[in-house]
Amino acid sequence: MFMKRALLVTAAAALFALPAQAAEKVKVGFIATMSGPARALGQDLLDGFKLGVEKSGGKLGGLETEIIEGDDQLKPDVGRQLADRMVKRDQVDIIAGVVFSNVMMAIAGPVTRAETFIVSANAGPSALAGEMCNPFFFNVAWQNDNTHEAMGQHVQDAGYKRVYLMAPNYPAGTDALAGFKRFYKGEIVGEALTQINQPDYAAELAQLRAAEPDAVYVFYPGGMAVNFVKQYAQAGLKEEIPLFGPSFLLDQSVLQAQGDAALGLYNTAFWSQALDNEANVEFVRGFEEKYGRLPSPYAAQAYDAARLIDSAIRRVDGNIEDKDAFREALEAADFQSVRGPFRFNHNHYPIQNYYLRKVVKDEQGRLVNSLEGTVFTDHADAYASECKMK
Amino acid sequence: MPKITPGTLGAVAAVALLLALPPILDLVGAPFYVDVATRIAIFAIAAVALDLVLGYGGMVSFGHAAFIGVGAYTVGILSTHASNGTLLFDGALPIGGTHSALIAWPLAVLASALVAFFIGLVSLRTRGVYFIMITLAFAQMIYFFFVSLETYGGDDGLSLWERSSLLGLDLYDSTVFYYLVIFILIAVLVFCRRLVGARFGRVIVGARENERRMNAIGFPTYRYKLVCFTISGAIAGLAGALLANQTEFVSPSLLHWTRSGELIVMVVLGGMGTLLGPVVGAIFFLLLEDVLSELTQHWMIIFGPLLILVVLFANRGLLGLLRRGTGNDTR
Amino acid sequence: MTAALFAEQVLNGLQLGVMLFLMAAGLTLVFGIMNLINLAHGSLYMMGAYLTATFQQATGSFFLGLLLALPATAVVAMLVELVALRQLYDRDHLDQVLATFGLILFFNELTRIIWGPSAYFLDVPEVLSGTVEVLPGIPYPAFRLAILLAGLAVAAFLFFLIARTRLGMLIRAGASNREMVSALGVDIRLLYTLVFGLGAALAALAGGMAGPILAVQVGMGESILILTFVVIVIGGIGSVHGALVAALLVGLVDTFGSVLLPAAAAEMAIYLLMALILVWRPSGLFPVNA
Repeated sequence: MFMKRALLVTAAAALFALPAQAAEKVKVGFIATMSGPARALGQDLLDGFKLGVEKSGGKLGGLETEIIEGDDQLKPDVGRQLADRMVKRDQVDIIAGVVFSNVMMAIAGPVTRAETFIVSANAGPSALAGEMCNPFFFNVAWQNDNTHEAMGQHVQDAGYKRVYLMAPNYPAGTDALAGFKRFYKGEIVGEALTQINQPDYAAELAQLRAAEPDAVYVFYPGGMAVNFVKQYAQAGLKEEIPLFGPSFLLDQSVLQAQGDAALGLYNTAFWSQALDNEANVEFVRGFEEKYGRLPSPYAAQAYDAARLIDSAIRRVDGNIEDKDAFREALEAADFQSVRGPFRFNHNHYPIQNYYLRKVVKDEQGRLVNSLEGTVFTDHADAYASECKMK
Repeated sequence: MPKITPGTLGAVAAVALLLALPPILDLVGAPFYVDVATRIAIFAIAAVALDLVLGYGGMVSFGHAAFIGVGAYTVGILSTHASNGTLLFDGALPIGGTHSALIAWPLAVLASALVAFFIGLVSLRTRGVYFIMITLAFAQMIYFFFVSLETYGGDDGLSLWERSSLLGLDLYDSTVFYYLVIFILIAVLVFCRRLVGARFGRVIVGARENERRMNAIGFPTYRYKLVCFTISGAIAGLAGALLANQTEFVSPSLLHWTRSGELIVMVVLGGMGTLLGPVVGAIFFLLLEDVLSELTQHWMIIFGPLLILVVLFANRGLLGLLRRGTGNDTR
Repeated sequence: MTAALFAEQVLNGLQLGVMLFLMAAGLTLVFGIMNLINLAHGSLYMMGAYLTATFQQATGSFFLGLLLALPATAVVAMLVELVALRQLYDRDHLDQVLATFGLILFFNELTRIIWGPSAYFLDVPEVLSGTVEVLPGIPYPAFRLAILLAGLAVAAFLFFLIARTRLGMLIRAGASNREMVSALGVDIRLLYTLVFGLGAALAALAGGMAGPILAVQVGMGESILILTFVVIVIGGIGSVHGALVAALLVGLVDTFGSVLLPAAAAEMAIYLLMALILVWRPSGLFPVNA
């Protein structure tokens, strides 16, 4: 009950603070993949975002808030149509969400041309961080390469000499391996690119074993992560050769399906539910209470997206029509992020810490990621220098 | 003077409605739907193309999305090279990119026609389920080809830096682009109508009904079918070129096998072998998808059974139902 | 590639092959006898995996779970046959493709509503969790070996069923001349339903056995469905032993392709194989009713 009252008080306070000319309402178009196999990610984003809105009493920055949901079906042209409709028909002020880079690349152009802000809660394609960076585009998650760079650094620091790499054969996969290699300086004894959504890795695992590496780094998200981690353990490789991955390989959205095969594996992320800061404790507890499951990093990103928008609206006193002022307010990122320190680089991508995590069992016997240390402090992405924006 | 029948009257009314749509939408304060209508018209072009082989030729192609993809990628790739000033081919005969619709779109049509020709060359040796599956297999190969095309974005796809330019028209203007697409749709319909009305069309239909007899009376049906398949692929490629311009983005998801399935649905839903049917099917399919997905997250659970019902009870398509309703069944 | 590694990859290829055979056998039987092309066969595979997982959680035993999932999936499939598919036997392939495409959408969404959007957990049974040294220096997952053996056993059983039993005789007769079978007083409808149930049980077996290796998730049926179609088309639609030969062939080509070829070529290898075989033999390797 305490929370509810606190929310009411904040809402009331915000109401008094508003000057007369401010907008009365903020409309957010929330695009995510809500059908098909990738549905789970979209659901996590949406749930996290809704919780973030609820945190300020259902009113972002004190304004009445309307969330218009859209399912892009993981088809860029459908995403484009949704974005068009939200911008032109519904006249949203902000478009948030977006799971996949290809959908983001399809909507970024037309939405920013219409001078509507995008707050990406997941997709962080390198093009939008570099030469195509845009005053109306913000990413509140990470740039695609960052998590892999962190693990490259960790594997380097841990002293592994011979590493074997695997990833799906698509841009996020090759970017991942490039990111890893940017910070790992040892020998790469083998590299396998596999088909997207390949279910079975038996053949590649046999090759991997024959190459006799000291360590293995792979990037597999979603269902592929479940397949790979299970099969790696079943092949008896887990005890033999340590496996490392980005958080996507072992996050809360796949851990339960992986089971004990994932136990003890290390991964890197910008966030962990074990991070001990006020905002995070409240978020993790609130998410579990509301949805009955532990939050994934996706949920955390989307929650932060809502908190960021809330802070920016507050900073301009609800006057979101003044786009320049609103942009500056977003850039200020004046909110308590669940990941701890957070600020935007000049390309509107985060500068933040990256942590080392390990899959353990909590006191209830659930698989979770514990916090094992900090790999990078205030880490920016490698593409910011290509961005002309100041 | 053609005879004035309810059919021609209907066609005139339909065209008038299509032309009047943007001002009407503007009037009722829903100008955004011009974009929706454009997208529907583009898919209608592709569906009409599929109807040519599916409805008239009886060739169940489960890979038509591949031709849309090839057309779209042609425009996308040319546009990329034009934007960053790089060459498409280096060497003795350097070729650069272009934004010009007059060059890029015909090339898109040509590219998909070529691909369709070679796929048809092999696939048309088989029939029945084998044909369905081999067209699917080829489409999958092309899908994976584009996925692995790293220079052009691979699975992430390729942004069009700008829309094509055409005779000084402002293709960024939704209404202008809409009228252009409608013009092309009508041209495609007229072209296909003449094609199926000519001897060519009768041979194709004859081959569907009784291939042996057509062969016996001296028609090399294989060649006719190959030409038909190639033309169909070319038109689908044109639709792809338009779609690339509308979305300003191309990606392998355009070629996903479910997209081929959706095209078949549009054709059957509207009415096979009618040319106008696929247009009705595209309208109905895309609007339904839009409305249902706004209604509930679980819209597929309604959509799937609906599809089965259509097949079971209305397999002559919506157009068939409409015509039966008006007592004007011409089939 | 050393001899030992080569042997291991052959095992991998064969294991994928028998999995594909389990899928292809049902699909090809249904096609051969009812002349029905069923895109939703992959959904039955998915059902098999989900039901095995659910029954495993309820009973605590993987084998019991699998044993229960087979009849359960068969029942679901026979219901679908009775309600919808039965009307499609006399339709052309196009109608069948469409209606069963609709079934895929339905089953996917239904699964999502019942079991949630995230991947579901199904683990390897304890007895089969380790590795077996099949050749000196090659530890091979025991569970995969079990799949290989189970698949071969089912293949043997199927050939026995078709060649030696009354049901098999009816199946063979039904495939070559439907009217004749019903004229002889056999309830052809019942036969159809039974065959459909049998195909579904085989798909469920494949799905249930794949569950511990793969992510049990919505859409898992589609990736194997297309490969299965490649198999039955290469083998000759309706031919069970064609399906076996083609399944092993595809399994091996896929495995060695992904190891020996660059990524992009490996993805296309299977489809290229199919196109080449169809150019050479337009009705597959073992055409039925040729």
